[in-house]
Amino acid sequence: MTAMTWTVRVDPQLCLASGMCAGAAPDVFALDGEHARVLADGIEPDERVLDVADACPAQAITVHHGSAVVGPRRD
Amino acid sequence: MTTADTTPLAYPFNTSDGLQLAEEYERVRELPGLLRVQLPYGEPAWLVTRYADARLVLGDQRFSRAEGASHDEPRQSEGQTDSGILGMDPPDHTRLRSLVARAFTVRQVEKLRPQVRELTASLLDDMEAAGAPADLVDAYALPLPVAVICRMLGVPAEDRPRFRVWSDAALSTSSLTAAEFEANREELRAYMRELIERHRREPQDDLMTALIEARDGGDRLSELELVDLCVAVLVAGHETTASQIPNFTLTLLDHPDQLAQLRARPELVAGAVEELLRFVPLGSGAGQARYATEDIEVGGTLVRAGTPVLVAMGAANRDALRFTAPGVLDIAREGNQHLGFGHGVHHCLGAPLARLELQEALSALIARFPGLKLAGDVTWKSEMLVRGPRVMPVAW
Repeated sequence: MTAMTWTVRVDPQLCLASGMCAGAAPDVFALDGEHARVLADGIEPDERVLDVADACPAQAITVHHGSAVVGPRRD
Repeated sequence: MTTADTTPLAYPFNTSDGLQLAEEYERVRELPGLLRVQLPYGEPAWLVTRYADARLVLGDQRFSRAEGASHDEPRQSEGQTDSGILGMDPPDHTRLRSLVARAFTVRQVEKLRPQVRELTASLLDDMEAAGAPADLVDAYALPLPVAVICRMLGVPAEDRPRFRVWSDAALSTSSLTAAEFEANREELRAYMRELIERHRREPQDDLMTALIEARDGGDRLSELELVDLCVAVLVAGHETTASQIPNFTLTLLDHPDQLAQLRARPELVAGAVEELLRFVPLGSGAGQARYATEDIEVGGTLVRAGTPVLVAMGAANRDALRFTAPGVLDIAREGNQHLGFGHGVHHCLGAPLARLELQEALSALIARFPGLKLAGDVTWKSEMLVRGPRVMPVAW
């Protein structure tokens, strides 16, 4: 894992299975069961994944860079 | 696997004067493959009626909304207009959606619950004071979501009569010509531009101001995208909920055992709303065709690249392969992953807000009026994309 790698997590308690993430970024997320899951252990920084985390209606997705949470973004 | 080109069936199947799911859907759902249908305008399309197929088409990136712009899209009215955020694909769609999504998350929306509760109480006070009969639509179902979305977005609620006309026309399937449709949209855009300018001069604590900041400070969307996003939030933000409040009330009155159960156990309201979202087929037909970007098999039919697929959510929500006793209204149903809000990237942005409004509106209404009943004939909206009473006289 390089210093620039992000980790993406889906909280199954919050996930509403809207299909938003798997539709928008099928290389990172899949929805093949009751809840969405993350396909990759670590990803390269990607604005698109931040957009997805922002857009999740349940705010079930978090994007981590080391110990910092970089998504969803706060205004 | 069938790919045969048979004569397409005329679509939509549902009639506008009621909430029944057309019997045709039951027949079609049992048949192998997809059905070829023809809407009043545009090219023929494949129709999906099964739950699993619906999830595939709505959730898979190989089906595109943006592709529709370069086709003669299947549609119910003559005018083919660009449908804004609903006509976009990722990543553009995700970029725009992420800007508005934060205002509509479960957590944000939950903060509005006390306000919504107060609003329902005050509308019911007015109804009670004026005495029965009352028109549930005009006195309750419409003012509630309008007030909420206006406050959220930053639109003066007293302008309701003005944008009601535009909003009706935007969702109309009537014989508006393409030019009339266009003229209506431009009026609504002009109105919104004026409000945006006012917000630029005097920023407020509302969604419009937040979107203006994303545009002016972050350059994250264009001016036209800003205008159209505000229009979309305003129109989508009240019309559907305003239709579903009377639709759900009517459906519960038609199922007295379920209504009695809900009165006895008000804590069931969240599940009841989910079940009503599944059970009530809101749309007159399917729209927003998805175009296959490559050859894909769906439910036993090979959908060729470049052909449109329509998803009948109301039919998929009654698929026996997914739901036990699908034709039965059961407010205590579990595992109810219905498609009432759609699925995939275009899953209803306002779903958390709609849920909250519907829960509060139904709870308050049935608690206030234990003797709630119809007090005359329902007049149905005609030639609209969403079905529901235009007038619904009630007494108590």
